[in-house]
Amino acid sequence: MHRPSFRFQGLSGRFPGDIDIFRTTDISVMRGSKFRREWITGWLLLLPALVFLFAFTHIPAVTTILNSFFSTPRGRRPAKFVGLDNYEQMIGDPVFWKVLWNNLWFALGTIPVSVALAIVMALWVNEKLAGRSFVRMAYFTPTVLPLIAVANIWLFFYTPGFGLFDQITGFLLGWPATNYLGNPDSALNAIIVVTVWKEAGFFMIFYLAALQSIPVTLKEAAQIEGAGRWTVFRRITFPLLMPTTLFVCVNAVINSFRLVDHIFILTDGGPDNASALLLFYIYEVAFRFWETAYGATLTVALLVLLSLLALGQFFFFDRKVHYR
Amino acid sequence: MTGTDRDLPPRAGKPIRLESVTRRWGETTAVDGLSIHIPEGSFTALLGPSGCGKSTTLRMIAGLETVSEGRVLVGGEDVTGRPSSKRDLSMVFQSYALFPHLSVAENIVFGLKVRRVGRADREARLARVADLLGLSPLLDRKPGQLSGGQQQRVALGRAIIGEKPICLMDEPLSNLDAKLRHEMRVEIRALQKQLGFTMVYVTHDQVEAITMADQVVLLNAGRLEQAAPPRALYEKPASPFAARFVGTPPMNLFPASAFGRLAGAPAHQLGIRPEAMHLEKGGPLTASVWALEYLGADILADCVAGETVFQVRLPTTGAVVPGQSIDLGFENGALHVFDGQTGRRRDDLVSEFGAQLRS
Repeated sequence: MHRPSFRFQGLSGRFPGDIDIFRTTDISVMRGSKFRREWITGWLLLLPALVFLFAFTHIPAVTTILNSFFSTPRGRRPAKFVGLDNYEQMIGDPVFWKVLWNNLWFALGTIPVSVALAIVMALWVNEKLAGRSFVRMAYFTPTVLPLIAVANIWLFFYTPGFGLFDQITGFLLGWPATNYLGNPDSALNAIIVVTVWKEAGFFMIFYLAALQSIPVTLKEAAQIEGAGRWTVFRRITFPLLMPTTLFVCVNAVINSFRLVDHIFILTDGGPDNASALLLFYIYEVAFRFWETAYGATLTVALLVLLSLLALGQFFFFDRKVHYR
Repeated sequence: MTGTDRDLPPRAGKPIRLESVTRRWGETTAVDGLSIHIPEGSFTALLGPSGCGKSTTLRMIAGLETVSEGRVLVGGEDVTGRPSSKRDLSMVFQSYALFPHLSVAENIVFGLKVRRVGRADREARLARVADLLGLSPLLDRKPGQLSGGQQQRVALGRAIIGEKPICLMDEPLSNLDAKLRHEMRVEIRALQKQLGFTMVYVTHDQVEAITMADQVVLLNAGRLEQAAPPRALYEKPASPFAARFVGTPPMNLFPASAFGRLAGAPAHQLGIRPEAMHLEKGGPLTASVWALEYLGADILADCVAGETVFQVRLPTTGAVVPGQSIDLGFENGALHVFDGQTGRRRDDLVSEFGAQLRS
């Protein structure tokens, strides 16, 4: 260790400041190693999460994209590079277009209705009413129940002849037995109803939380200015709920591609793919028909679609959302 | 003191009358049989300690709170059951309640838009109000980008642009610093005079009430304590509560027995303001000085007479030291007598007691 400047030579030990210079050097060396140790500790702490994230998210995602350019390995025949063949097959696959179209209808049928219902329910249970917490709980119950169990209950509701709906319509209106799930025209709609029932309560919780963070005085101020209930909602409450609406919509879009559990129970995609959705089709292709390469191709299509939708939503909403 | 509110020129405001208005929540009674008259175009302050029911009273006038019993009349019409939107009044909230997602301009014209006032008229009125309140350069901003004082002005602008006959304010200055509060006090008063609406102003700050109002309505525990012009409230408080609430430091209250010369008098309470007392050799009240507070313009002396602790405002020239025994005197007119039983003011006893104290 040598002195940093000749100016201090010969003054050693005479000025307390001189000794400080050595001490500073010591500390900075120590600090450097200490920083490195903290840095290592930091990465070690992150490691478990990173391992899982890479093992189950990032590596599979990259593998999926790679697989979509190879053929499906079978028996002793290994996978070979096929370029865009799988994508050409997808574009020429009528079932792919069918399930994509189904998914679009499914999204259009579930998202606006469940979001609107969620807002209405949240507004209602935000008011002072008798048994408020009971109603809140009742609305939230479908979210807590496992979708497989729920689908079985709904399977009973939809059963032709003695199911709940047929009993009601048969008793009150004298309608004949209807096979809601067996008819290609109504199968997807029947599934949409189940999904809306399942999701609206979940979204309601977010809206309820958002409503409770809006000061009551804003509503009162608007009332004093002569605004009725509808105007207060349209001009004050709804705009202030926009951040929540954005969040809920992104979730709803992802869910409309993600929730397929009930299809396995209710229709199994049928009849004639009338109620098959994209993810359901991917599952069928990859794990029933074992066309893994084509399954990977469809998955890439789904990922691209979801990313585009999420980006589009953020850009579309961002100009309209007021964040406090 | 003359009847100031009667000599004023006719104004655009409407009178408000409360007839034994009561508000209960279960067991608790927030406002208890309150009857007051608020003349048109007057500036009335609802004054009282926190929890006295003044905000509840204001909210009942606004229609934001339902009335349990009694009637609210605006301009002679019974509006008790009417929603706030049909009461033709404006209000400034303590928190300002500005709409955070709307610009200053949109906030101010919100009510006009709701009532479908035409665009040209709206713009003209907005320009006028913005000019009046100095908000013109801020019209495109959001409330979050404004200072507290500017937000306060926007709230004022929203209240006055509708040119409603009545304006209600719920502690509008409590979120401002002392200097700004003083400025806004003057400004709000001037605005009210200029536009001539009826103002009902809730405050817990007696200085605010005294300096701004034509009429002060003093409430205590949901009941009316006194409704009078500020001078009358200060000079002739109707009860010991009113006497102590208005004026800083508060009026001194003594049991009659604290005065040696009133030994035989009935158990009434005597009140004398700290500023109305002065040193006087052989004066009627003998006290010992306990502590001194130097205020610059004068000295505030904490004194003890018998069992009663009280304060006296003394000139800085007279040398008084803690522990000293002093004699204090006061004019007869400065004496207030409150009945020992009912607590009400007894002006009939003042001259009698005064004479006894002078003897």
